[in-house]
Amino acid sequence: MGSPVQQNETKTFEADIDLEKPQKAAPRVTYGETLVALGHENPNIVVLDADLACSTQTQFFANAFPERFFNQGIAEMDLINTAAGLSTVGKIPFVSTFAMFASGKAWEAVRNTIAYSKLNVKIAPTHSGISLGEDGASHQSIEDLALMRVIPDMTVIVPSDSVETEALIRYAAETQGPMYIRLVRPNIPVIHKSSEYKVNAGKLRVEREGSDITIVATGETVYHALLAAKHLSEQHQIEADVLNAVFIKPFDAETLAKSARKTGKVLTVESHSIIGGLGGVVAEALGEHQPTPLKRLGVQDTFGQSGTGDALFKAYGIDASAIEAAVLAWA
Amino acid sequence: MTHPQTHAKEWLNATDLDALTTRLRLDILQMIFTAQSGHPGSSLSCVDIIAALWFARMDHTHFDSDWVDRDRFILSKGHAAPALYAVLMEAGYIDKAELPTLRAINSKLQGHPASKYLKGVDVSTGSLGQGLSCGVGMALGHRLDARNARVWVLMGDGELQEGNVWEAVMSAAHHKTARLTAIVDRNRLQIDGSTESVKALGEVAPKFLAFGWNVLEVDGHDFEALAKAFDQADAWAESSDKPTCIVANTVKGKGVSFMENQAGWHGKAPNQQQFDDAVAEIEARLAQLS
Repeated sequence: MGSPVQQNETKTFEADIDLEKPQKAAPRVTYGETLVALGHENPNIVVLDADLACSTQTQFFANAFPERFFNQGIAEMDLINTAAGLSTVGKIPFVSTFAMFASGKAWEAVRNTIAYSKLNVKIAPTHSGISLGEDGASHQSIEDLALMRVIPDMTVIVPSDSVETEALIRYAAETQGPMYIRLVRPNIPVIHKSSEYKVNAGKLRVEREGSDITIVATGETVYHALLAAKHLSEQHQIEADVLNAVFIKPFDAETLAKSARKTGKVLTVESHSIIGGLGGVVAEALGEHQPTPLKRLGVQDTFGQSGTGDALFKAYGIDASAIEAAVLAWA
Repeated sequence: MTHPQTHAKEWLNATDLDALTTRLRLDILQMIFTAQSGHPGSSLSCVDIIAALWFARMDHTHFDSDWVDRDRFILSKGHAAPALYAVLMEAGYIDKAELPTLRAINSKLQGHPASKYLKGVDVSTGSLGQGLSCGVGMALGHRLDARNARVWVLMGDGELQEGNVWEAVMSAAHHKTARLTAIVDRNRLQIDGSTESVKALGEVAPKFLAFGWNVLEVDGHDFEALAKAFDQADAWAESSDKPTCIVANTVKGKGVSFMENQAGWHGKAPNQQQFDDAVAEIEARLAQLS
C-alpha cells in the first residue's frame, strides 16, 4: 500500500466533524425522543416493550402517550405477536427490548407471524452487539444481523450514530413493511450533521473516498473505521474508502463492487459475529459480483464476555487501533 | 371509519348450521383426500365452531378488504386450515374451484393459512401458540380507535402446551381486552396421543379463571349451546373488563365414525376406501337432515 494518491481521489464527506474529539450521544435516547415526536405527528404510532422501557428509552413515549404504550412484561414472543395484531388493525408498532431477546427468543414469531405476513411492524431493539458490556455474553447479541437477514421480506437497518438513528426511525415509520433496526447501549460519537443527513434506502453510504483499501463498517464501528482511515492517511499515506452499511438488507452490492474494483482489498468491521452479519453479506456480494481478497473484523466465532464496551471493542479487535493495525498488517 | 354497508346476511339457525356443517365436512374430506395430505381429525373437531361464528355471529362484511372495522377471526390452530377454507368458500371469499388445490404448488390453499395468499386472513398461522397474542393486539388496536369490533381466536387444546399462549393469557387479562374471546377446541387428543398422556392439561377452565378471564364451558358441536356461549361472551364484552374463554368440548374427527377420538387421524389423509366410507356416512346423515 502507500501508493501515491491524487488529491481529488480522497474525500471525507463530513469534514468538520472532529473524529479525534467527537461529540457523543446515545442513539437509544434519540430513538425515545424520535418516538415521542412521531407520536405527536401520527396517532397510529404505538410502542411495545418487554419490561425494559427504562433501558430502551421507550419510557419517553410511555410517559407522553400512556394509552398507546403497551408493556408486555418479560414475554418476548407475546411482545412480537401482540405488535403483529396491532399492525393488522392499522397501527404502526415500534417494538423494543434488548437485541438478544428480540432476535433470539422471539425469532420464530418474527419469522412466522411478522415477516411471513409482511406486517408493518418495526422491531427496534437496543443493547445490540458487545458494547452492551458488563452484562456479558448472555445479553450480547452477536448473531442478530444473521438471524434477521436470513428472513425473507425483512429489512435490516443499522444506524451508526444519533443523527442516523433519528432519520432511520422516521424512515421506518413512513415506509411499509417489516423492519429490524439495530440500536446500541452506549453514548457514541456523532459522525453526521443532522441538517444534511438524508436516508438513501438500500444503499451503502460512502463516508470517505480513497483508493487503497475498502473498509466496510456498520453501526458503532463506522466511527472507528473513519478514525482509523484518518490515521492511515495522516501517518501512512494510505487512503481508505469507508462505506457505512446502513442497510444490511437489502444490501448494496453495486457500490461495494465498485469500491472493491478500485481498491482490490476489502475489510469489514462489525460488533457482531463475522459469520452471517456484515462480513457474511460482504463475502457473499463480493463472491458473486466482484471476487476480491477480504478480511473480516468482528467477533471471531466465539462468545462475548463481561467488561466495559471500550475494553471489549479493543479485546475483540474492532476499535480504531485494531482496524489500523489490520490494514497495516495487510499492506 | 364508517361501515361501508349494513350487513345483508341472514344468520343461520341451529338446524341450518347442522345441515351446512355436514356439507362442509364433505368439502374438508374432499380437499384432504385430493391432496393426500392434511389434518382431518383436527378440522372436523372445529368446523362446527368456525361455521357457528361465521354464519351466526361474526360481522365479516368486507372480510377481504382493507376495511379495519370488521370483526377478526384467527385460526391459531392453523393445521385445521381445511375447516377454515371450507367456511371461506361457503361465505364466498374463496372460489370453490380452488378446492382441489389444497396443499398443491401455487395454491392459495396453503397447508396452513397464509395471509400472503388470502386477503382477510390477517396473520399467517401454523406455528402453534402465536394467535392469541395477535388477537390481544387486534383488540388493543380496536379499543384505541374506539371501534366495537370483536376478536375471536380459536386454539387447539394441545396448543395450550405452548408458553406463548400463557404469556398472552396474562397480557389479555392485564390489558383488559374484554372484546377478545378465545375458544379452546378441547378434543383431548394431539399427535402423539391424548393430551393427558403427552403433557397433561388437566382442567382447562379453572386455569383461565385463575388468570383473570371469564370462562364458559360448552359442547362444541351443539349449535344452541354455542350460540348461548357467544351471547354470553358478547354480553361480557360490553359489561365486563375481562376477556372470555370458551372451552368447547369436542370430538376429534367428529362426523366420521372411524376417525372419531382417534389420535391417528390428526394429520393423515384417508385412502380411497376410507374416503368412500366417510363420504357415504356423511351423505347418509345429509339425507336424514333433509
